[in-house]
Amino acid sequence: MRKGEISLVGVLALFSIYLMWKSAELPIGYIRGQGPGGGFWPFWLSLGMLLSCVIIAWNWSRDKSPASASDEPLMDAFGWRTVMLVGGGVVGFVALIPFVSMYGAVCLFMLYYVRFLGRHSWPLTLGLALMLPFALFFFFEGAMQISMPQGLPFTQPFFDLMYDIIY
Amino acid sequence: MEVFSFLADGIFLALQPVNLALILIGVTVGLFIGAMPGLGSVNGVAILLPITFLVPPASAIIFLAAIYYGAMYGGAISSVTLGIPGASTAVATTFDGRPLALQGRASLALVTAALASFVGGTVATVFFTLFAPLLASVALNFGPPEIFALMLLAFATFVGLGGDDIPKTIFSICFGLVLATVGFDTISGAPRLVLFDIQGFVRGIGFIVLAIGVYGIGEMLWTLEQTRGEITTTNPKMTAKGLASDAKEAVQRGWKGTWIGSILGFFVGVLPAAGATPGSLMSYGVAKIISKTPHEYGNGSPDGVAAPEAANNSASTGAMLPMLTLGIPGSPTTAILLGGMVIWGLTPGPRLFLDESEFVWGLIGSFYVSNVAAVLINLAFIPLFVWMLRMPFTILAPLIVVLSIIGGFAASRSMHDLWMIVIFGLGAFFLRKFDYPLAPAVLAIVLGPIAEPTLRQSLLLSSGDPSIFFTRPIAGPITVIAIILILLPALKLLRRNGRVS
Amino acid sequence: MKLSKRNFLGLTLATALTALPLIALADGWQPKRPIDFTIMAGAGGGADQIARFVQSVVDANDMTNRPLVPTNRGGGSGAEALLHLKDARDPDHTIMVTLNSFYTTPIRQEALNVNIESFTPLTMMGVDPFVLWVHKNSGITTFEQYVEKVKSMNGEYVMGGTGAGQEDSIVIAYMSGAYGLDIKYIPYDGGGAVAKDLAGQQIMATVNNPAEAKGFYEAGEFVPLLAFSDERMGAYPNVPTMKEKGHDFSYYNQRAIVGAPGMSDQAAAYYRDIFGKVYEGDEWQGYLKSESLSPLPMDEATTRKYWATQVENHRQLLSEIEN
Repeated sequence: MRKGEISLVGVLALFSIYLMWKSAELPIGYIRGQGPGGGFWPFWLSLGMLLSCVIIAWNWSRDKSPASASDEPLMDAFGWRTVMLVGGGVVGFVALIPFVSMYGAVCLFMLYYVRFLGRHSWPLTLGLALMLPFALFFFFEGAMQISMPQGLPFTQPFFDLMYDIIY
Repeated sequence: MEVFSFLADGIFLALQPVNLALILIGVTVGLFIGAMPGLGSVNGVAILLPITFLVPPASAIIFLAAIYYGAMYGGAISSVTLGIPGASTAVATTFDGRPLALQGRASLALVTAALASFVGGTVATVFFTLFAPLLASVALNFGPPEIFALMLLAFATFVGLGGDDIPKTIFSICFGLVLATVGFDTISGAPRLVLFDIQGFVRGIGFIVLAIGVYGIGEMLWTLEQTRGEITTTNPKMTAKGLASDAKEAVQRGWKGTWIGSILGFFVGVLPAAGATPGSLMSYGVAKIISKTPHEYGNGSPDGVAAPEAANNSASTGAMLPMLTLGIPGSPTTAILLGGMVIWGLTPGPRLFLDESEFVWGLIGSFYVSNVAAVLINLAFIPLFVWMLRMPFTILAPLIVVLSIIGGFAASRSMHDLWMIVIFGLGAFFLRKFDYPLAPAVLAIVLGPIAEPTLRQSLLLSSGDPSIFFTRPIAGPITVIAIILILLPALKLLRRNGRVS
Repeated sequence: MKLSKRNFLGLTLATALTALPLIALADGWQPKRPIDFTIMAGAGGGADQIARFVQSVVDANDMTNRPLVPTNRGGGSGAEALLHLKDARDPDHTIMVTLNSFYTTPIRQEALNVNIESFTPLTMMGVDPFVLWVHKNSGITTFEQYVEKVKSMNGEYVMGGTGAGQEDSIVIAYMSGAYGLDIKYIPYDGGGAVAKDLAGQQIMATVNNPAEAKGFYEAGEFVPLLAFSDERMGAYPNVPTMKEKGHDFSYYNQRAIVGAPGMSDQAAAYYRDIFGKVYEGDEWQGYLKSESLSPLPMDEATTRKYWATQVENHRQLLSEIEN
């Protein structure tokens, strides 16, 4: 926990500095007769972020926050595993979208989660993984007229067939 | 009074079979669209706009307004059941709605939301009926300095929202405000903070992206990790008796928030630049300040659900006012309604009330009817939503992820934003582990894009002289109150520290 | 009069519904997927209204076998929309409603690397002129009085608009240059907000499309002083034009539908046919009239030439503003 807190502050401080540097592309000062320039607001607020980080670090050095006073690990093995499996699953889900289309990715993600993380039975898993994309397709493409991303060319025939059905 | 005979005609028009049927359909459709994370009234209204060609304009706008209303009720549903705000207007509803659901009181939260929405919508409609032209001229007196002062006040009401760790709260506010500036600077017309020169940032970071990331993905990871995957509290099945007792409790424990939200929400909603989201956030903040038990807020206070829900319905009725009287949309949805009116051949603007009084009063009449319809339909569906919560978390969790991602895409239509949702989600989880409050960042990303341009417009007006915020008759008092409210906690803190040492 | 345009509109639509059963070409190219109908601006502006009007007409008459899906991509002053079209995965199903940021945004943001001349011209739906407005309480009724007033205020005369490099700022910059005016310009994020602040007299004058000021004009709140069109406008016959004042300048917002770069010829022909029918239809002609748009029909080759000259003009106008 203690190490985690200061590393996080370090990362956030670096990010604040990056934001300050990036906002300085536009005028950050107070232009006479016109008020603040385009970079004014983000620059000084990023400085605010940086200063907050400094104070957080100072509080840390005095063991003021609960996290900095705690010797416990950030998460135990179970916690890490959960976050890695679920978080990784979400990343994989989004990464798959350009390849197998939104609906394909929904199907694969449901398979992964319900079967391998949820340990539900195959019939339930398959039912959910197949029904959900169809339901979502009808809702978004049919009723709401919102086109979701389509995958590599091999997914095209599925979409064309479905469009023939709904329109 | 003349108003009442017009109103009676209007209600009569709204109760005609065709219009009543349209109201019922519209409210139901709106309810479900609003309940879908990422989708809001704007989607429903946009999709159904072409259909309205088939009926007379008065029926068309009644239909669209019913969808708008239904969606406002629906926004609370996903805020409570899934913890993802269904629309930006329902963010504040998650603050207390979600904790209630996790305590097994989802039905109480949903009933409170429905009743508060009803009161908010009705109170606003009454104001609307009585004072529409007067309020329109008040709205015109709000120039950039006044809007900025109002935003300052909104921030002030939220000073107390953060956690106990003040530097972390300040960090969160600044972070949200900086994120809000990414994209494009309206004043200079130049691209700004295009992070890492990725072109996807040119469009900016939408509020909905941060909210879905933080509340959809981040919150779900947090729940999983905290409960070790085993949610122990279950939401009991809904019965008619349960509904009645929840309604009673909602009235007892939520009436204060409801009134604050109804009144404050309406006045903020009337201002074209502000709208329903700041209205609901401010109402939450004010309700907390006034409350005798502020520590309950954020841990499942019915007042905390009632205030933003009453406010967002009240404000969305209020937002119709500048649209009808001035022809100026207060929100994306009213912008599309406005477009619809032009398509039907009406000219929104100061003369609409005189030239098309049947149309206008039919619409106002339909607000009353829609509200009654919406609250009844909403209450009828609550058992269904509570039932959804009874699913095992190993099924609910992937559903939340899927709805977050697909809803996030529906809202933004860009893969770039989906990655941002994932990054915000994972980031939010770790920030939360170290007690960084995230609500202030979400608030800031809503208010920042209003506050910054109005600040700079005001200073352009005054040639860089900041006294403009104090010398104008409306802006002055608001600014002073806001500054006092901001400084108050700081003074308290200093005194406390002084006493300790 | 109760028998107004809208009844008329409803009537024509109803007849159109019965008279035009599926006019899509039986032979040739047909869309296979929903058509991505990108709007280069946020919800509520002129471009958005036009897109939704066109979509409604197409939808109500069943003119396409796949729906037009309007999507607002107004971010970065239209940069978002331009990038979306440039990188379209499926150019045959990606079209866009434009305004003049179509020309100005690629010039102002070179990092986008967008060449609009690679886009596919489809249909020019009309051009939207600009008019100079003041509030009636200002007491100003002629352009000469306006010039005098601005000069007497020594740089304290406040005008509002939609931002540096946007259409109205180009017009204001030209006008200021031609008459030696020193104007304080406040940028807003939409034409509606500008109109509202003129109505509330937070600002003193604006340059706006007639559609955005119409409601206030009809209520007598706004007074038109000068039109930036080639000829006097039908709806405002008493308002002189900039050309009459001896300056060869006119400026319009283009309301055109364009296709993504790389669209196939068959697909382009299909869309030209559909939108050509919309253009000729009574609904659109009525809209042109009621919103004071000028027609400016042109074929593909002329459009390409027109684009080239517009890009040149804008490059010049913008470089004058920067200096």
